[in-house]
Amino acid sequence: MQFDQVLQYALSGLSTGAIYALIGIGFSIIYNATGIINFAQGEFVMLGGMLTLFFLELLKVPIWGAIPCAIAVSTVAGLLFERLAIRPLRQPTPINLVIITIGGSILIRGLAMLLWGKDTHALPPFSGDEPIAIGGATILPQHLWILGITIVIIAINKFYFYHTISGKAMRACAYNRRAAGLVGIDVRRMVLFSFIISSAMGAVAGIIVAPLTMVAYDMGVMLGLKGFCAAIIGGMSSGIATVVGGLLLGVLESLGAGLISSGYKDAIAFIILLLLLFLRPQGLFGKPESERV
Amino acid sequence: MKKELLKFAAFALLVMLMPLAFKGGYLMNVLVFVGINTMLSIALNLLLGYAGQISLGHAGFFGLGAYLSGILTASYGWNAWLAMPLAAVTVGILAYLIGFPILKLKGHYLAMATLGLGIIIYIVFNETVDLTGGPSGLSGIPNLAIGGLRFDSDVKNYYLVWGFTLATVLFALNLANSRVGRALRAVHDSEVAARVVGVNSRLLKVQIFAVSAIFSSLAGSLYAHTMTFISPASFGFNFSVELLTMVVIGGLGSIYGSFLGAALLTLLPEFLRAAHDYDIIIYGALLMVMVMFMPGGLVRGVPELYRKLIKLKGGADHA
Repeated sequence: MQFDQVLQYALSGLSTGAIYALIGIGFSIIYNATGIINFAQGEFVMLGGMLTLFFLELLKVPIWGAIPCAIAVSTVAGLLFERLAIRPLRQPTPINLVIITIGGSILIRGLAMLLWGKDTHALPPFSGDEPIAIGGATILPQHLWILGITIVIIAINKFYFYHTISGKAMRACAYNRRAAGLVGIDVRRMVLFSFIISSAMGAVAGIIVAPLTMVAYDMGVMLGLKGFCAAIIGGMSSGIATVVGGLLLGVLESLGAGLISSGYKDAIAFIILLLLLFLRPQGLFGKPESERV
Repeated sequence: MKKELLKFAAFALLVMLMPLAFKGGYLMNVLVFVGINTMLSIALNLLLGYAGQISLGHAGFFGLGAYLSGILTASYGWNAWLAMPLAAVTVGILAYLIGFPILKLKGHYLAMATLGLGIIIYIVFNETVDLTGGPSGLSGIPNLAIGGLRFDSDVKNYYLVWGFTLATVLFALNLANSRVGRALRAVHDSEVAARVVGVNSRLLKVQIFAVSAIFSSLAGSLYAHTMTFISPASFGFNFSVELLTMVVIGGLGSIYGSFLGAALLTLLPEFLRAAHDYDIIIYGALLMVMVMFMPGGLVRGVPELYRKLIKLKGGADHA
């Protein structure tokens, strides 16, 4: 085995990992604000990719206009999902929430299939596809776009959660919803915000990954699950731990696919997921929490 | 208890007389699937409705049963009646062993973990091409036979499958009214309270998980021997969700509800032939509507709706 090869796998793993990280943070934001694991998270990734294609190809909007439009529409979809499905739930038990978000995810996926068909489509890369050589390995400009945009989004995220009133209110909800409500924070509004932010982030992830992986109505399933895996590695944190989790997962998966077997590539993420849930459900970096009854 | 028995007898009689109404025909084949799906949704309901533990990986156990039976009979020439219990026991042991770590998880985490388990099993079906035939499937699985009687027609398969399904119904009904059933309901309502009164909730959850997997495996074996061909596509995540939909539509914890859900979801696509690709949208919408407006399922929701309507009418009369 050569060093070049390993470097190559690691580099491409990093950019897939950045995508997982973005999706994983989306999971964490909703989980922290509401205690819900949103099984429909992956569908917003799909919506980002498919809508960009839709605006670009069918409505002939240029790429710099198509992307914001796609993000905007996906965000509205996230908002509607919260208002129409999550909020009116009469018995919000964990099982009901699991079932309703699964139902929502199937419905969104089905509607996408109805609107855009079952075909896989390619999206043009943002700036050419001339490979760039880095120490024996090569990467595509799109990989750099992915890494760059991920860093920017994480920075914005950090700023929002630590330096704005609404971000701080959201963190308060994550610590203790009841107490947050008592000091005058509108908890339901924060729940809505969390859905808006994470659907927007999901859409961005879908848009930047689309030129590499192609887009289809069912692309969100696997991406969503792996994003969740990243969030679990990061202990459901909406910060750096989940980013590390995503990158770790991306690199491990890419190395596993390259060096062991590509057929079992998808299984790697789920084996890691199961092992972590069994052995360290608090995440790779977290301290165990005592359970309150 | 006597009423319970009468209800079951009526149900069994209805099942037995069904083929007379259809006299062969294409619908018989669909009714065989209703039987298999009823068995599966009862198995899932034992876990979800009785014990309150979700699983999104049951298609995996169903598939394991089908593949173990299929491979042992088609590739190794085993007797199907031997392969079937062996598959069930193997799947049961597997579920028992994995049940300890997996059922320590709760709610959303349990859902994700079982989902991951199901997908791993699905990937193994696809990748172990030498054993399973991979994505193109495994064919040449023999029908079941007793002496000279081969279960090779739809009507024969109907009685075979429904024989097993009725036994499953009886088992589940018995379980519900037993000490174990009451303990399970206690775990469902409050695990802590159940433990306080001396229910070994951890072991109980693992046991019911294994029992549920065993029934799923049996259903899988029956599926393999009636279809004589299996491929991984039947055992993916979508099917796990379909099973969940059946249980939720029928009503959590209700055995006849499971039958209702399974029958509805198996027959619906047959009547919606034109909308073939879009049944997945209907599942999604059904799941959401049921959880939002009828969280008790059809079995409890419809009578409640009926009572409300009566009251409404009665109110109008008084006014």
